[in-house]
Amino acid sequence: MGLLNRNILVPFSRVPLLGWFFGALVAVTLERLAGTPLAQVLGLQKIPVLFGLSVMLKNPVLIPNVILYTLLIYIVPMAVATRLSISLTNGIAASLFRFPMAITAAVHLALLYAILHLWAGISDYRVLVLRLTLIAVMLTLSLNVINGYMGEFSCSHPGFMALGAYCASVLTIGLFVDAQLVGVASLPPALGPFLFPVALILGGCVASIGALFVAIPSFRTRGDYLAIISLAFMFIVKSLIENLEFVRGPRGLSGQPDWADLPTVFLWTVLCVWSINNFTRSTIGKALNAVRDNEMAAEAMTVDTRRTKIVAFLFGAFWAGVAGGLFAHVMRYVNPGNFGIQNLAEVLAMVYFGGLNSVYGSIVGAVSISLLGEALRPLEIFKWIIIPLLLILVMIYRPTGLIAFRDLDVKNLLKPKQKPDTEA
Amino acid sequence: MTLPFLQVRNMSHDFGGLRAVSDYNLEIGSGQIRGLIGPNGAGKTTVFNLITGIYKASEGEIFLDGRKIDGLPPHRIASLGVSRTFQNLLLWRHMTVLEHVKMGHYSKIRYGLIGAFFGTPGRHREEAEIEEKAVRLLDRMGIRHLADQVVLNLPYGAQRRVEMARALATEPRVLLLDEPTAGMNPEELVQIMEIIRRVHGEFGLSILLIEHRMKVVMELCERIQTLDFGAVIAEGSPEEIQNNPRVIDAYLGQERAV
Repeated sequence: MGLLNRNILVPFSRVPLLGWFFGALVAVTLERLAGTPLAQVLGLQKIPVLFGLSVMLKNPVLIPNVILYTLLIYIVPMAVATRLSISLTNGIAASLFRFPMAITAAVHLALLYAILHLWAGISDYRVLVLRLTLIAVMLTLSLNVINGYMGEFSCSHPGFMALGAYCASVLTIGLFVDAQLVGVASLPPALGPFLFPVALILGGCVASIGALFVAIPSFRTRGDYLAIISLAFMFIVKSLIENLEFVRGPRGLSGQPDWADLPTVFLWTVLCVWSINNFTRSTIGKALNAVRDNEMAAEAMTVDTRRTKIVAFLFGAFWAGVAGGLFAHVMRYVNPGNFGIQNLAEVLAMVYFGGLNSVYGSIVGAVSISLLGEALRPLEIFKWIIIPLLLILVMIYRPTGLIAFRDLDVKNLLKPKQKPDTEA
Repeated sequence: MTLPFLQVRNMSHDFGGLRAVSDYNLEIGSGQIRGLIGPNGAGKTTVFNLITGIYKASEGEIFLDGRKIDGLPPHRIASLGVSRTFQNLLLWRHMTVLEHVKMGHYSKIRYGLIGAFFGTPGRHREEAEIEEKAVRLLDRMGIRHLADQVVLNLPYGAQRRVEMARALATEPRVLLLDEPTAGMNPEELVQIMEIIRRVHGEFGLSILLIEHRMKVVMELCERIQTLDFGAVIAEGSPEEIQNNPRVIDAYLGQERAV
């Protein structure tokens, strides 16, 4: 199996990231142009939204048709375009590489956004799933800072998310929507999109302040204290919101302005991944790993372990708060029930499925669990048997997750791929 | 006469009702190598843990270069220039050799959290400086070729060197070595002794050495202290210690009339 895999992948070993992006762009453009007619020819009513998984579950007779669709629209065009453009994309990647890193990265990100935009443009459902998936990436990565990089076990992420979501919602609804919350909108809606980032950042800061209440008592000593205190914190936040009539308690808060569109969520996700990757790759961030692997040795090597832990915990909470604020504005409705034990289980599953101590792992974990969760929706309750089963399998065969302990080196990722002989 | 560089005065420490170290005194001048020997459980590692601040002494004072350091948290003591190795190799198992050595610069980092989060130019410059220093140190310790290896995969002797390099990366003035030759074969033993000698010479360090192998202590140390049941029972030059009846008793057991 492994051998077969390698043989199939050999022609693609020299494809730079840019080449894969180009191939994906070709595939999504093709779907835009020829997706609907092809789907009809194949007897599917419309373009299968999530690679046809839900169609296959609903109507197993259509499985071959869906596979054929996926092959014709995604796999074959992507493979052909990627393979044929190798020297072209390598050339472009090489000339891009001569520019400052920021420009090279920006070009790649723009291309990635174009792919996502074209792919999601087919249906509103795809746009929603994509935005929620990006938010899941932020949540997973920020929890990975605490549970993976730092090796503690925190359960309070839904609580931080709730703090961020409610804080940002109260600000945007209160200031811009003619809502019941405070009476009349006090600021012109035109200012809204500019002040939205401020609301999100404030939401993140409130989550960080909440995190301080967990961090101060639990980082005095090592052990299971954090797990217990953070779990308690999550329930405290939930019941606090349920009992606050100001934010309409268990009925939830609705009417958030529709500012969290795809580009906004994409930009915040990029910012989150970038800053967390920066942090964890610096010597200050590597101190987290030192604290995790041996705290006494870290202290002996001049690392202020308590400060390190508190900073990382607050940083993780900040991004969870921002993700919560985005979540509230994507759903345009939040209630305390969103931020309970089920949400915690999902985020934890994404972290441990994808892989500890790894940006790649968090992205893979968040994307696969979110998409799987959506695709398996027709199975209803059985979804919650399949996903945990997968998690158990991963834990048995790869106890640290699919892609654990790997640094995301942007430079290495974007570089053109040389000929095999010079590379070795 | 100059003041001793590291001075411990009347230090005692209790674990519950057990007096692990009692009335311990130590004076190390700048650039001296001192040995600390004694049977298992004599309190040698406890002395290290007290000096480095991992335990807070029940009584007594510790001075480094005239400055009182007892009561400070361990990372402060370390950044003031007291570094150490551990008896059972406390390495960070998922980190590379280079990352170990870079960590020693933690307390001197100036770019702060903003630099860490946003990757400012200042941070890149400083990280490059740290890396350069770290590589130079690895070179001197003869483990440069292992820089990108995760320590988990290294043989024992190499791990000992990594730990020594990491301890030196904090740019210490006093180095506490806790059984640096434990578990080594005779060949590795010669190498590590050579390294200790070189480190002492090149870095001009004061060294306090816990060691079980008499050959090592006798060859390296100018003066030796012997601990038994937490108290110093003998102090002197290697020859004096070797012939001291109380030391022999402590190691071989007292002869008793049957």
